[in-house]
Amino acid sequence: MKIVKLSILVITILFIWFAQNHFDPYAVSILNNIAIFAILALSYNLINGVAGQFSLEPNGFVAIGAYVAALFTLPSATKLDMFALEDPAPLVLAMHASFLPALIMSGVVAAVLAFILSIPVFRVRGDYLAIVTLGFGFIIRIFAMNSPTYTNGALGLNDIPSTANLYWTGFIMVITFIVMLNVIYSKYGRAMKAVRDDEDAATAMGINTFWIKTYAFMTSAFFEGVGGGLMASMLTTIAPDQFSFLLTFQLLIIIVLGGLGSMSGTVIGAVLVMGGTEWLRFLDQNMDIFGYNTGAHPGLRMVVFSILLVVMMLFARRGIMGNKELTDIFRRGK
Amino acid sequence: MDILTFMQQMINGISLGSMYALIAIGYTLVYGVLRLINFAHGDIMMVGAFVAYIAHSSGVPFELAVILAIVSAMITGILTDKIAYKPLRDAPKISLLITAIGISFFLENLFNVLFGGVPRAFAAPDYLTSIIHFKGIVIPMTVIIIPVVTLVLLFITLWILNKTKYGMAIRSLAFDIPTVKLMGINADFIIMLVFAMGSALAAIGGIFYAVSYPSIDPLMGIIVGLKAFAAAVLGGIGSVAGAVIGGFILGFTEIVVVAFMPELGGYKDAFAFIFLILVLLFRPTGIMGQDLERSRF
Repeated sequence: MKIVKLSILVITILFIWFAQNHFDPYAVSILNNIAIFAILALSYNLINGVAGQFSLEPNGFVAIGAYVAALFTLPSATKLDMFALEDPAPLVLAMHASFLPALIMSGVVAAVLAFILSIPVFRVRGDYLAIVTLGFGFIIRIFAMNSPTYTNGALGLNDIPSTANLYWTGFIMVITFIVMLNVIYSKYGRAMKAVRDDEDAATAMGINTFWIKTYAFMTSAFFEGVGGGLMASMLTTIAPDQFSFLLTFQLLIIIVLGGLGSMSGTVIGAVLVMGGTEWLRFLDQNMDIFGYNTGAHPGLRMVVFSILLVVMMLFARRGIMGNKELTDIFRRGK
Repeated sequence: MDILTFMQQMINGISLGSMYALIAIGYTLVYGVLRLINFAHGDIMMVGAFVAYIAHSSGVPFELAVILAIVSAMITGILTDKIAYKPLRDAPKISLLITAIGISFFLENLFNVLFGGVPRAFAAPDYLTSIIHFKGIVIPMTVIIIPVVTLVLLFITLWILNKTKYGMAIRSLAFDIPTVKLMGINADFIIMLVFAMGSALAAIGGIFYAVSYPSIDPLMGIIVGLKAFAAAVLGGIGSVAGAVIGGFILGFTEIVVVAFMPELGGYKDAFAFIFLILVLLFRPTGIMGQDLERSRF
């Protein structure tokens, strides 16, 4: 068993090294995208699939992570130049760190916010939770729009130092994966699954459901923040509009396709959805069907993905992996 | 702040609140029966507004366009239920929520592909857009018509729920679906009726929105729908009267805050959620005080 896991790890690391050095920039950018979305979806799956708390907030935490990392890594001179609407706040100018501490700070800020948020949010269950967290995602965007001293408002931040490459995204993805698996197979992870399957029964067994949910929420927020920081560094430019509900929707498709509660399924889902988004790019462009030009249809890909999501839920609710991991399949073979 | 401006803002608040109320009733009806937040409800509203716009701008008289819009919103609502919710009645709640989000996203992007994301100006007929000057207060006709129509529709809805055979069936479904089926009531038909009612009201709300803020776009349903939902929870979800009260409170707050504290104007859209969070923190059952698990309109 150990050998299978180790060889998967070694192959992944070799692949990251090979891809960074030998693939063309376009392929590397797709792989980067896949890795970042895998990080986000892995952490999103912890709260949604493992702890069973259907929440819709990742775009909020990703936005926070992206802004924090961007503000930490931007040099003060650039900040002074860039903030066109109002002068940057003193705090913004004082923030300075290299990339790794900036990423960690992104995660920490998101996790602290998750902790504060969990107090009102986990008083409710089910669909209420979904809508409150959805609202939170909106509020973060509205604040980003309306606090020009911190976020430069709707103009967003540009010229963010582009430090992240496939080593960063790939290795953080691997770390996220390992951390998530360790959380799931720890006593906390078992408690999360108990809360998912029957919250009242879990309470009766002496599990403090509020703390377990908060713990899952904070872990999830931490990695979403880190993923957001990576995203900011990859794109080098961020604006509030990038962190709309569309982002959450993409993550939701990834975890549903891969299987709610399955971490290896999530990675497979990230590869399929992000690869598919790239592959289906032709749908949004001009097409000639038997000599008839259909014109450009921006958004057609998303129509396809939303149909895919509904069909998945209706006919294949368990996704590709169900709630199993890849290693479980090997185990059954023996 | 003089009394005239105050009156002016109150009138605007009533109008905005009516729109939220109309949309909130749909959330409350569906939640009352199925215990499901119909995420696609805001987008059904968008469908209504768009159909009205397309029909009206291609030469159909406004009144007929409104009827077309209501009918197409009802069809969309019923189809949403049949395709995305009905097969999952016995599935875990999370599956239903995911298909609801899928349908919502599908409608937004479908209309985006078909009609483009550029906001379009909604040209309402003159008798709706005309303006009355009354003792120095400027009153657009819409501001009078919208609350009146809302009240009429509210009474019709309450009458259907409380006085008719179908209303009784809807109320009984809210208690216990399996038992109601055993009584020989066609539960699926009644649920269809609930979706049709909610969608029709949403379409009217959407048209009002399009007339008062004369612009529509495929994504208009998201934020209005969410606010209407916040209004429904504020009033006590599952209660029709509560939805209306919540809608008015939300509408007033938005108008008053923007009028008296213009520097907070950018945060207008955040109020609904701050309200929602506060209500859930301190009084999760909302103003009308229905028990969340056992609502009864």
